[in-house]
Amino acid sequence: MKAINIAKTADSPSIILDKANGLFEISGRSMPLNAQKFYQPVLDWLDKYSKNPNPVTTFWFNLEYFNTGSSKLILDIFDRLEEMKDRTEVNIRGFRDEDDQEMELTEA
Amino acid sequence: MKYIYDLHKTMLRQSMVVVYEGEVTQDITKAVLAMTERNMDAFGEAGNVKRKVFNVMVECLQNVSKHAENFDAESNAKNNALISIGKDKEEYVIISGNAVLNTDVQMIKGKIDQINVMDDAELKALYKDIIKNGSMSAKGGAGLGLVDMRRKSGNQLGYDFEPINEKLSFFSLKLVISRGGGE
Repeated sequence: MKAINIAKTADSPSIILDKANGLFEISGRSMPLNAQKFYQPVLDWLDKYSKNPNPVTTFWFNLEYFNTGSSKLILDIFDRLEEMKDRTEVNIRGFRDEDDQEMELTEA
Repeated sequence: MKYIYDLHKTMLRQSMVVVYEGEVTQDITKAVLAMTERNMDAFGEAGNVKRKVFNVMVECLQNVSKHAENFDAESNAKNNALISIGKDKEEYVIISGNAVLNTDVQMIKGKIDQINVMDDAELKALYKDIIKNGSMSAKGGAGLGLVDMRRKSGNQLGYDFEPINEKLSFFSLKLVISRGGGE
């Protein structure tokens, strides 16, 4: 399965989705004007991955900031990960306890 | 050219950090954010205040980018708007001004009035409801901007509508972030 490797910019995070090397990571600032458009390739990739995932999927969210549009899409990513839990051991990492906004997302 | 000096004096008096008039694109948003961040760093602003100002500005400017209507067809301006960032000892004041359709005025008023009277728990519940059950707009909005600005600023949103013509009104939005004793 082809890996996704997007470099970070001033308003969008770096994204690595690499099944062969077991790397799943979103890092940086996420404030694209159209978050739906920005994250759609990630959702599409996860839909494909979920059909035949690795035994373990450890997904890192190293986000220093995200806008409200991104928060909605991050929740969509959580939903995709939740859906594949019967086929792969999912670990979500990187959200820090002290950040209210991030914790709320994981509760939502 | 005296108006330049008057403008300069007004900006100093009002402690304006940044004032921008024109089309608000994502590149302009990034530039205004960078200028404001640099100013806050230069004055050694507290980290939690910087973070709040940054968060509120992103939502405010991106709202303008998405929703400002073109009200001056002759100037070829797309979504001309005014953005001003000011500060004094107690607070940062972020103001945006842009044209909106008269047919949207009641909807915007209703939303702001609703969230202004909500307490923290109600705002949190509304945020969760929208993020879970709301759908993305064609412009890529999650419908969370105003709620987020209200929550992050910790203050009520000030607003005003001035009629422009039979089709449009000028919508001003004022966001206040306290500098002292943040949590």
